[in-house]
Amino acid sequence: MKNISLHIDGKYVQTPGGSTILAAAKQNGIHIPTLCYHPRTRQAGKCRLCVVEVKGLPGLQVSCSIQAQDGMVVLTHTERIIETRKMIVELYLSNGKHNCMSCEACGSCELQAVAYHLGIEKSDFPAVDKDMPVDMSCPMIIRDMNKCIQCYRCIIACNDIAVNEVLDMGYRGSKMTVVCDTDKPMGKSSCVVCGECVQLCPTGALTEKKAIGKARHWETEKVRTTCPYCGVGCQLQLHVKDNEIVKVTGAEDVEPNYGSLCIKGRFGYDFVHSPLRLKSPLLRKDGRLEEVSWEEALNFTAKRFSEIKQAHGPDSIVGIGCARSTNESAYVMMKFMRAVIGTNNIDHCART
Amino acid sequence: MAGLASTLGAGAMTNSIREIENAPVIFVIGSNTTEAHPVIANIMKRAVKKGSRLIVADPRKISLTRWAARHFQHKVGSDIALLNAVMHEIIKNDRHDKKFINNYTEGFEKLMETVSEYTPAYASGICGLPADEIRELAKILGEAEKVALFYTLGITEHVTGTDNVRTCANLQMLLGNIGKESSGVNPLRGQNNVQGACDMGALPDVYTDYQKAAYPAVRKKFAKAWGVNSLPEQEGTKIPAMFDGIIHGNVKALYLAGENIVMSEPNQAHTVKALEKLELLIVQDIFINETAEHADVVFPASCFAEKDGTFTNTERRVQRVRKAVKPPGLAMDDWWITCELSRRMGFEMGYTSAEQIWEEIRSLTPSMSGITYKRIEHQGIQWPCTDEEHNGTCYLYCNNVFPCGKATFQPAHWKPPAECPDNEYPIVLTTGRRLYQYHTGTQTRLSAGFDEICPEELIEVNPKDAEKLDIKDGDYIFAVSRRGRVKAKAWVTDRVLTGVCFMTFHFREACANVITNDVFDPVTGTAEYKACAVRLEKI
Repeated sequence: MKNISLHIDGKYVQTPGGSTILAAAKQNGIHIPTLCYHPRTRQAGKCRLCVVEVKGLPGLQVSCSIQAQDGMVVLTHTERIIETRKMIVELYLSNGKHNCMSCEACGSCELQAVAYHLGIEKSDFPAVDKDMPVDMSCPMIIRDMNKCIQCYRCIIACNDIAVNEVLDMGYRGSKMTVVCDTDKPMGKSSCVVCGECVQLCPTGALTEKKAIGKARHWETEKVRTTCPYCGVGCQLQLHVKDNEIVKVTGAEDVEPNYGSLCIKGRFGYDFVHSPLRLKSPLLRKDGRLEEVSWEEALNFTAKRFSEIKQAHGPDSIVGIGCARSTNESAYVMMKFMRAVIGTNNIDHCART
Repeated sequence: MAGLASTLGAGAMTNSIREIENAPVIFVIGSNTTEAHPVIANIMKRAVKKGSRLIVADPRKISLTRWAARHFQHKVGSDIALLNAVMHEIIKNDRHDKKFINNYTEGFEKLMETVSEYTPAYASGICGLPADEIRELAKILGEAEKVALFYTLGITEHVTGTDNVRTCANLQMLLGNIGKESSGVNPLRGQNNVQGACDMGALPDVYTDYQKAAYPAVRKKFAKAWGVNSLPEQEGTKIPAMFDGIIHGNVKALYLAGENIVMSEPNQAHTVKALEKLELLIVQDIFINETAEHADVVFPASCFAEKDGTFTNTERRVQRVRKAVKPPGLAMDDWWITCELSRRMGFEMGYTSAEQIWEEIRSLTPSMSGITYKRIEHQGIQWPCTDEEHNGTCYLYCNNVFPCGKATFQPAHWKPPAECPDNEYPIVLTTGRRLYQYHTGTQTRLSAGFDEICPEELIEVNPKDAEKLDIKDGDYIFAVSRRGRVKAKAWVTDRVLTGVCFMTFHFREACANVITNDVFDPVTGTAEYKACAVRLEKI
């Protein structure tokens, strides 16, 4: 599409035709705060935080939903805009139980971040007495609708990204809330626990149960890696604190998954720290497997392989490699069988 | 894989995951995608929302059918009959891609001859679908501008697995759905690095990049690179033959890295018998599992989060694996353990990092020679990637160039599964996975929450069969085959047709592989996990 040019905050910028004002600003390094907009869920047009002034248009305009036009003059940070944004955020704060102190989302919460940037200490509006029961029914996800800002991201995630079609907005008016199926507890609903909604929730309304109390967002190192389950090869971020994986999220900016994961990739990580993990080489002595040193286990094995090769020939030894380990390990294993044992008897369970 | 290699050239997905979203017709056969490859299923479902037609052919009413325009519920093991009849109809109605067939394929006459006897009426008797439904499927596929075909183990885990794969490839060649975006023949690989382990030559007949061990030039190339005088010529044995070799006494030692074969191989009693007969069993794993219990030596290995390296996904994308935490206790990388054994047997490999190994791999592997750790720092690259300027390959056979010149039709006749129901064992058992567990359960069952959602094995039983046997939903029942019996809870559901039941191999308490049939595809050695005969008994 042909580029168009416009002025944003006095800066002359260019953007592909058809872009929204929000996109044009973002492409040119101008920050407009948002809560409902996310690059993956696109515009929901709900939170109104991204309002801007457009010369010639009355009132404030929602920048995520208005197309940029050639020659447009846009202001993103006037006093009027700031006051409006403050009011919106204060309304959100008064309309929910947003206690950052021990909220799991603290540090990654987008509502907290905009409140911080707008310098809001507390809401001037009277607090709405919200006391909805926290839904703990799902083994992996906690739903606290008292912290929901009704941005629709989870609903778009569930219906348009993961297409599991479980979440929707239920009820109307002051009772309006996100529901699973026909307002069932999440653990009893048709939810398949992919956690797409958790990843895209801007607040602490949806959180990972296993991560609760383990680490603040800023305390963890994020390590990009590849999922150890099926062959899709989803890209993960492992959130690590003190040598422990405390949470897993999908890496949003790369193929093949662009942030999406399934229940296994997102929540099936704690086997890594299982107390049942093997910690020492074992050698069978008097019929029982006993802990021994690497030296002893390796020497024993190398000696036995050599003896068997000597006595029965290299083809009496077979190797089964691993379809779960790395390419590098698979290569070394096949090299070992061929170059050291001297046999082509190498296979792996490619078929299950 | 062998089926694809012999028809098209490469044993891998022809196309890419991201192309799914733009396929006008998505044809899924023998793949329970929402449970086994959920993130790919998401993309298929998104495609449906954008206007793609999703067509599912599967003996079970899998979750994916909820989003499908049509579900063809053919009988277990009748894939070739169904697809041959579909091809018969496509040719009869002149819907095949004559230009593609004439210019880029060989063996079309043979295909015509083979499929000529598969009239919809004839195939109907085999696959249990009305002839009109077969005609309808042929019309949908034949009229589509492009079809992207996906299959998984429902196609391969049969004694006719290779022929099943070839038949899928035949169909796509007939329709000219090869060598272009959002089409192709796409096997979805079930484990994180099955593709990679194959690409690396952890197979009895090939080195990396499927370079044949039988060719002297290949052996010479690797011998030179590795600094050895010679490399073995005789083709090695596949897993099933290894077990037979153990039982016959030819095979004395097994070096087993990270496979829980007691749970994952068919006919558990046979596997255990073989393991017990070994002189030496070396197991390298992250847990003591059902297989490691039989070992003479167990090496503690590091898991995915504790090491550097690469995995290759189902779309041929080589991606980085990064060390995030330290391994527990004395556990070490798989390659370190193998290198230490090698050193003690007089062959110093001398690697100090995974990257160093990768550099050697790419120097010997033409299709990956352009892939470096630096280049895949942010995003993986899909092979073939032949030099460092090459951006990788989204879909294979662009411009219809095939490795062996032309693509080859390899028609096959339908054959029944090795074991068919009879009076004593009247029900077909087919096996697979659930979304909420993985494989032999060693990872998911040790991760909190999974056993809460999916605590035990469920045998899917059709309501009519249940009524006949007086089985109620939730009753514990026996599934009995010629090889053994398993006790598990019945799930009375119309997900399965009458005469069919379904189980998984996730639970050691009730593993389907106690009773599955240890018969194998003669080419690939893949077991017929998808069909054996059982009897259900009320307890």
